[in-house]
Amino acid sequence: MIWDVEFILGHMNYWLFIVLMMVGFYIVVAKGNLLKKIVGLNIFQVAVFMLYISVGKITGGTAPIFPADLTGHIEYDPSILYSNPLPHVLILTAIVVGVATTSLGLALIVRIREGFDSIEEDELVEIERAMMIADNAEHGSSMGGRA
Amino acid sequence: MAGDVEIREVAMTLHAQLPALQIVVPFMTAPLIVFFGKRETAWWLAFLSCSVSLVISYLLLMQVIGGGFISYQMGGWAPPLGIEYRIDAANGLILFLISLVATITMPFAYRSIQAEITRSHTLFYACLMLCFTGLMGMVITGDAFNVFVFLEVSSLSTYVLVAMGAERDKRALTAAFDYLILGTIGATFFVIGIGFLYMATGTLNMADLADRIQGQESSRTVRAGFAFIVVGLGLKAAMVPLHLWLPRAYTYAPSAVTVFLAATATKASIYVMLRFMFSVYQPEFVFHTNVLQILFIPLALLAMFGGSFVAVFQTDMKRMLAYSSIGQIGYMLLGIAMLNQSGVSATMVHMFNHGITKAVLFMGVGAFVLRAGSSFYDNIGGLGRKMPVTGAVIVIGGLSLIGIPGTAGFVSKWLLVQAAFENDMWPIALLIVLSSLLAVIYVWRVFEVIYLQAPNEWSEASDPPMTMLVPMIILAVACVYFGIFTDLSLGAAGTAAEALLNGSFGMAEPSLDTSALPLDVPHGAGDAGADATGGDH
Repeated sequence: MIWDVEFILGHMNYWLFIVLMMVGFYIVVAKGNLLKKIVGLNIFQVAVFMLYISVGKITGGTAPIFPADLTGHIEYDPSILYSNPLPHVLILTAIVVGVATTSLGLALIVRIREGFDSIEEDELVEIERAMMIADNAEHGSSMGGRA
Repeated sequence: MAGDVEIREVAMTLHAQLPALQIVVPFMTAPLIVFFGKRETAWWLAFLSCSVSLVISYLLLMQVIGGGFISYQMGGWAPPLGIEYRIDAANGLILFLISLVATITMPFAYRSIQAEITRSHTLFYACLMLCFTGLMGMVITGDAFNVFVFLEVSSLSTYVLVAMGAERDKRALTAAFDYLILGTIGATFFVIGIGFLYMATGTLNMADLADRIQGQESSRTVRAGFAFIVVGLGLKAAMVPLHLWLPRAYTYAPSAVTVFLAATATKASIYVMLRFMFSVYQPEFVFHTNVLQILFIPLALLAMFGGSFVAVFQTDMKRMLAYSSIGQIGYMLLGIAMLNQSGVSATMVHMFNHGITKAVLFMGVGAFVLRAGSSFYDNIGGLGRKMPVTGAVIVIGGLSLIGIPGTAGFVSKWLLVQAAFENDMWPIALLIVLSSLLAVIYVWRVFEVIYLQAPNEWSEASDPPMTMLVPMIILAVACVYFGIFTDLSLGAAGTAAEALLNGSFGMAEPSLDTSALPLDVPHGAGDAGADATGGDH
């Protein structure tokens, strides 16, 4: 098996994206603590930001800012190569969305802590199962006790 | 007469700005509601803006129902660089459904929310308006990334709305949290998919994407993008293995929220999925990748049987209806998987018909919760006799859910069976009918409980107040109306399906006369629209 080193190194940003994304995804799925889940979700989202931003990079390209003199006059120089600014702008929006999601998630965790006195998933599941069993015991008669 | 001309010009301009107003009106209502901060004002503002949206969406639907599309350029920036709103028969119908349900839910929500939530009513209505805006935006926009932005607007407000049920049952909080985790994963998958598409094509406008994807069908980037988009939207649409958030979210959310979400949220996601499958990727691509045959048909069948089967064994009417929703989403996906015109129009019609049907039934649940305190079967026993109108409305909704001839549900299931026969898939046609029999069982259970059981001696339940009754009656009448007079629903769906399947969404000139549409005249509302919804992207 031949390792195409150039291919592997040349796609470094994608490898990092995949690793970060999977790390985040793993945390979301595997960790029982709700706070850790939110952290994992953040890593997962940041991985996507990285994908987008790295896609906008053009080899040899500089920051996509037109040089303006003090009067604000812009001298456009076609010989300068700029990176693609669009993915950056898109990701600005996605970052805002990510912040909103995180804050909402944290607010929900505070409320869950107040209501259930726990933020560990297994304990929550246990409490909810007990509630469900109580519900069924109370209301299950209409199902002939089978529920 | 100069005055006349002026008025006409203003009217023309306003008319041309309708697509922007469709989004801007509800979007700006949300901050206004918070600004005024009074309960009564909040409700009136929300109701008013929903009604305006309904009128606008009707006007738009009437323009495109015969075919063709309206292309609106946000802020006067021409696509593919600018954000384009594109309305055709397909999303015209969904826009109409969403605004119809929102408008009718509002009066219902007034008393229902009063009974179920004690504080933050103004914020509740603001969130509801944001959710409404997000759903409308997902459907109306012709820009792939804009879909994501609106998807998140609607999702974030949905999490809040679901969590508002915590006053009645604290499990609403964990339900909302689960939905937040899953919904965010879904939306992020969707963004990854769009990122891949952008890598392959360098554009985000859907029509432009469709053009540039041509010839790249075998590119792995394009294919991976397709997979990510389908999975991401599948999560939001509660496609079967990805449906776990739905029953809990619907069960613990306040009744009015469940009415609104059940009728609109999953439909918007399915529409976006249709849009990506058929107008961004072409039908041939979808066909060649075999994703529909291998993935969608088995999953849809699993949803139809699994969802309905679980629904049969529930003790809570609200939870039962939530599981039934999962089954019904299976029918919609099955329609897409048929990949012929009857199938896709069956999906479109079923989204519409199931939307109004489920809205009626969840409203009935809301009325029971108001009068009996909960919707557990042993609490609502015999209530059909004490609340005759509510009972009658639930019967109509239930019949439509089963698909009895003469109700809306029949029309879409009939089309679906027809589509299966056109593809020579008669076993599937048989399975559609069989799974409808499961619906008979769970709907019959409700009838049995509310009519054949003896009501509690001490129960003083009576029909809910007029503000809740009238919306229920209107929707029940709509269930029957759209079962008999199918011009609007079938007409729009047929046109939409034809256009979708022909993949005729290239960068062609709009076939409608939209000369009044603004390339250079973004007055008033258009400006606000660019700032409010387009500017952030």
